[in-house]
Amino acid sequence: MPIKLALPKGRLLRRTAAMFQKADWGIDDYHSRTGFYRPRSQRFPDLLLRVFHEKDIPIQVAMGNYDLGICCLDWIEELLVKYPGSDIVRVQDLTYGRGTLYAASAAPPEELFTNGTHLRIASEYPNLAESFALRKRLSRFSIFPVWGAAEVYPPENADVVLLAAGDGSELADYGMVPAGRVLDFSAYLIANRDSWKSREHDNIVTSVCETVTGGDKKSSESRDMSPAGIPRRFNITKASPEAVRMALPDGHQQQPAVALLQRAGIEIDDYPSETSNRRPKINIPGVSVKVIRPQDMPQQVASGNFDLALTGRDWLNEHLAQFPSSPVEELVDLKLAKVRMVSVVSQELAVDDTAGLRRFAMENEEPLRIASEYVNIADKYARDNHLGHYRVIPTWGATEAFLPEDADLLIENTETGRTIARHNLKIIDTLFESTGCIIGNKNNKNDKRKTKIIKDIVKRLGDAIEVPE
Amino acid sequence: MKIQRCKGMRDLSPSEMAAFRHVEGICRDCFLKWGYQEVRTPTIEYLHLFTSAGTLTPGMLGKVYSFLDWDGWSGERVVLRPDGTIPVARLYTESLQDKGLARLFYAANVFRFEEAGEKPRERWQCGAELIGAESPIVGAELITLSLEALKKLGLKDVELRLSHAGLIKALLEKLGLSSEEQHRTFDLILDGDATALAEVGRESPELERLLRPLLSLKGQTAVFLRNQRTLFTSNMPEIIPPLDDFLETVALLDNLGIKYRINIASGAGFEYYTGVIFQFFIGGEKVGGGGRYDALIPSMGGGDVPASGFALYLDNIIGLVKPETLAGKSQARVLVKAADVDTIKEVFKVANTLRQAGYIAEIDLDGQGKGIDRILEVRQKEPVFTLIDSRKSTRSGFNTMTDVLKSLEANRAD
Repeated sequence: MPIKLALPKGRLLRRTAAMFQKADWGIDDYHSRTGFYRPRSQRFPDLLLRVFHEKDIPIQVAMGNYDLGICCLDWIEELLVKYPGSDIVRVQDLTYGRGTLYAASAAPPEELFTNGTHLRIASEYPNLAESFALRKRLSRFSIFPVWGAAEVYPPENADVVLLAAGDGSELADYGMVPAGRVLDFSAYLIANRDSWKSREHDNIVTSVCETVTGGDKKSSESRDMSPAGIPRRFNITKASPEAVRMALPDGHQQQPAVALLQRAGIEIDDYPSETSNRRPKINIPGVSVKVIRPQDMPQQVASGNFDLALTGRDWLNEHLAQFPSSPVEELVDLKLAKVRMVSVVSQELAVDDTAGLRRFAMENEEPLRIASEYVNIADKYARDNHLGHYRVIPTWGATEAFLPEDADLLIENTETGRTIARHNLKIIDTLFESTGCIIGNKNNKNDKRKTKIIKDIVKRLGDAIEVPE
Repeated sequence: MKIQRCKGMRDLSPSEMAAFRHVEGICRDCFLKWGYQEVRTPTIEYLHLFTSAGTLTPGMLGKVYSFLDWDGWSGERVVLRPDGTIPVARLYTESLQDKGLARLFYAANVFRFEEAGEKPRERWQCGAELIGAESPIVGAELITLSLEALKKLGLKDVELRLSHAGLIKALLEKLGLSSEEQHRTFDLILDGDATALAEVGRESPELERLLRPLLSLKGQTAVFLRNQRTLFTSNMPEIIPPLDDFLETVALLDNLGIKYRINIASGAGFEYYTGVIFQFFIGGEKVGGGGRYDALIPSMGGGDVPASGFALYLDNIIGLVKPETLAGKSQARVLVKAADVDTIKEVFKVANTLRQAGYIAEIDLDGQGKGIDRILEVRQKEPVFTLIDSRKSTRSGFNTMTDVLKSLEANRAD
């Protein structure tokens, strides 16, 4: 079996690719943005390389799917703090990708951590956040795991955030002060414990280590976490507590959302923002807007942090699969960005429908491995279809790369099905159709003033929908 | 697909379950006779019940099974109960407070993650809580009650170790540590690191001279503590109140003739203790422990209510109880068999009569009643009842159940 190495996408991609170039690995396609996740090395042709979202790499290495991996220490610790027995060996500090994980707050920390106050903590690192809260001896706290944009939550929607930053000066840009230094991190070469004990990795590890230690110290010590060149001091004025709080999406849902908002006569200043301004102004009095991840919106609306939000039905269903009695409801279907939620297997697998999948799961000795960004939808799908002994592997994107080696089934969304076909995969079932929608909180109905503003916005957006042919 | 139980979890087979019930039953009997009333709290509680400062140590909290409930969209976590005392204190605060003094007991499972999965992650304990009384007699009552239960279980050579949470805290304050360090060292001691206190004591020679004897792990007697007290009166008056409280309990135990060892530097994993801490060991294995936790109910908003309690660790105890103690008297068993198909209704009736007379009556299913020596065959023709005793190889016929019962009764002793 070849040695398998998991490489990161995202923030570490550029520096990792540069390191391998320096080490003369001759890797093609690592840089490519075509969604190709299987690069090859000319120097180590037998090495199996796979590109993952960085956050998936510690899990993949701990599970033994990969012998080696490269990712930052923050994601390693996020796994280890909850599962200290995970089979991960830290092999070498690669010295780039340095940053610090801060606990930060809008209010001075000494006011926050008085015993008994209920604190809301938002973070991409929910396990480290829980550990931080326990160590701080906070008696009562809620953790909001978020997919991103944690910095925009305080002060209205969270009291504390755990946030990766360079030297901490960015915190002031977000109107926050550090409340604690949780972890200093940099990129690491990691190995699976069993593999490290039993397989020979010396030529690969030597090549990486020599490149790192012979490297230019000065440049590797510079902190390179925050995207450079953008003036980022945001004007942060706390939203009035009486305002209707609206959440708009970042990422690829922005363009269709903007077009619809314009047709509805709703003008939003600086959205999408070139400076990553997440608090744009809206031309409706009594409404405040924040830009957050669509994935995080249902829970934010459920917990009363926002009154309405523009998200996808996929994320609403994901939320409802986890919390069936949640007060979140769909207020209007905007018919934007239509995708299908599908279950997907490798084309090589002799399974064409859910009945076949059930047979496959029953006959298989090992538990069925289901990879998905939508862990609760995937879990419900497996339960509803009696898939027997299964495991859901949470992923943070690029899920196609998991089949066929690292998972048996994907629960994925697709617009055209082309990406799926290109990865030699096939769709065996459609769970539901997802479009952009406005969601709100059922418990809001008692507030007449808010209800009127919300109804008005919903009506204007509803009237502006263009029904596709 | 291989079916197996969860890592770190344990099944109890019929014989293990019988042993469990026996041990639990003896504990219950003792507790009931001392005026304790049984309560039961839910398996799932809010996490924040256990996180308040002064409840569980961070070491323990790191092993708690916490998760989001189906309605946990607010981000508030729930846990599988990691401890027996805190939920009972919660129950008292929530619904028994008007009762004033309460003697409560419980038998419950607690869940704590153990990484390797070799130690059990689910454990059973039987515990008693005495809530609402400040008297030093409380400690003596709880210790005597624990020892009585252990004695009735046939356990010998129980070692009682005593410490005092208030005294540990006062000593840590004297050591000039920051409040953060005090907290950390206190937690280390409570988590069982017996050297932690001695470590920090090394820093200051003057303190060392006074404290070293207290911190040392052996040779601590009540007389020694009383002598040490005279030294502290002038040098460290802050130590006196917790020391006096400790001495008061110790004097009571002396009076009751209970043997103990004092070991100040040994805690018990629970940060909620404020006063005397006691632990029971048999052959080096901890089988139970408890102490005073006066700050717990106030921290829950339950007002200034003092409390003490202890728990016996059923899993450890079951492993130590001798099989002959467990065997006890088992009830006589009879297998009731239909000799003709038509007598099945009669069979059910006869079995019921036997049960009312104090026998275990099993109904024969295709001759599968293995291991039962007495078989009662029921037929339509006379003799209606045939009693077969396979050990004595006897067969006797009867026409009334009265006669059957008489015969069974005559042979009951064997």
